[in-house]
Amino acid sequence: MDTVNALILAFISIVIVNNLVFTKFLGICPYLGVSGRIDMAFGMGMAVTFVVTLSGTLTYMINNWILMRLGLDVARYVCFILVIAGAVQLVEMYIRKFFPSLYESFGIFLPLITTNCAILGLCLFLDLWGVGSLLEAVVLSFGAGVGFTMAICIMAGIRENLKMADVPECLKGAPITLITAGLLALAFMGFAGMIR
Amino acid sequence: MADKARGSSDLYKETLLAGLWRENPVFRLLLGMCPTLAVTAAVKPALTMGCCVIFVLLCSNIIVSLMRNLLKPHLRILMFTLTIATFVTIADLFLRAYFPDMSETLGPYVPLIIVNCIIICRAEACASKNGLAVSIIDAVGMGVGFTGTLCVLAGVREVLATGMIFEVPVMPGAFVPWAAMGMPVGAFITLGLMLGLVNLTSKGRA
Repeated sequence: MDTVNALILAFISIVIVNNLVFTKFLGICPYLGVSGRIDMAFGMGMAVTFVVTLSGTLTYMINNWILMRLGLDVARYVCFILVIAGAVQLVEMYIRKFFPSLYESFGIFLPLITTNCAILGLCLFLDLWGVGSLLEAVVLSFGAGVGFTMAICIMAGIRENLKMADVPECLKGAPITLITAGLLALAFMGFAGMIR
Repeated sequence: MADKARGSSDLYKETLLAGLWRENPVFRLLLGMCPTLAVTAAVKPALTMGCCVIFVLLCSNIIVSLMRNLLKPHLRILMFTLTIATFVTIADLFLRAYFPDMSETLGPYVPLIIVNCIIICRAEACASKNGLAVSIIDAVGMGVGFTGTLCVLAGVREVLATGMIFEVPVMPGAFVPWAAMGMPVGAFITLGLMLGLVNLTSKGRA
């Protein structure tokens, strides 16, 4: 029962309290780029969730079972980025085969997930936090993806309404999005300290 | 011939200036936002980060430029990433050995240079198409432009958050530190307002 509790707490903490976008600034590029429409934002969030769960789990296994054991810490970053690139390629092939319309609407953003800081960032944070078990690593990776999806969907919802707003000319586009993100981060700060 | 020589020196100047201001990676191209937001709570980590980025950008541009004729199109992004990852590992180990406290502060944001869009973008847009000289100048221009932006942003945030710069107090005694500026909120809002300011000034001139 304790394990289940710990896992649920870890999940809530990574989704809300330590949200990658608002507290660690990871994944800002797709966050600004794809948050224009809510359906695309959701698709992007799903793709990221899938890749991050896969690569978080794989890098955890590689890091703990191969690199640490052989003392190959130096090669860690190179290995991580290779695993992520492979996982992205897999997702790309899968989506192209089974969801061609979704593939069309992603366009350039799908290969760009490789360079999404949220994914490599999460793999590095798993290492930094000293995650104890494989199960916890899986839950944290999945939670990170859910947190990203939530953040990008909230943002897309706000931006759809912002279109109607009277924004000063010079703040249109990225600046107002960043300021909105700032206010959202302020709201999410309210959760800080709730867990850990 | 003389015309060509003049043309190339113009090109160098053009490339350098492009990185510094006209195509400034942060303000104009909106690249590399994650480190921009994450390390700018104070000037010192921002400067360290900037130096790391200059080093990695320079080395990866040189290597990519040298191997540009050997690259197969479908493998090039992979090769870029591996080159960058190698140099980032070097930079990370160097920081850990000589500046352990900075390495501690920056934490995972040093390895995250691997996925910094600026470096891949320059490898793809400049180094894989141009010769060595242009690639080096482009890397210096872009790197210094990035570092400059980082330092300006960090300066604003550090002064407002703590009233100090480089841990030296600069604000009058009546100043009340504005702690929110040192937090994620401050990063997003300051950068947003600065982008707005840049848009405003550049439109006034055009």
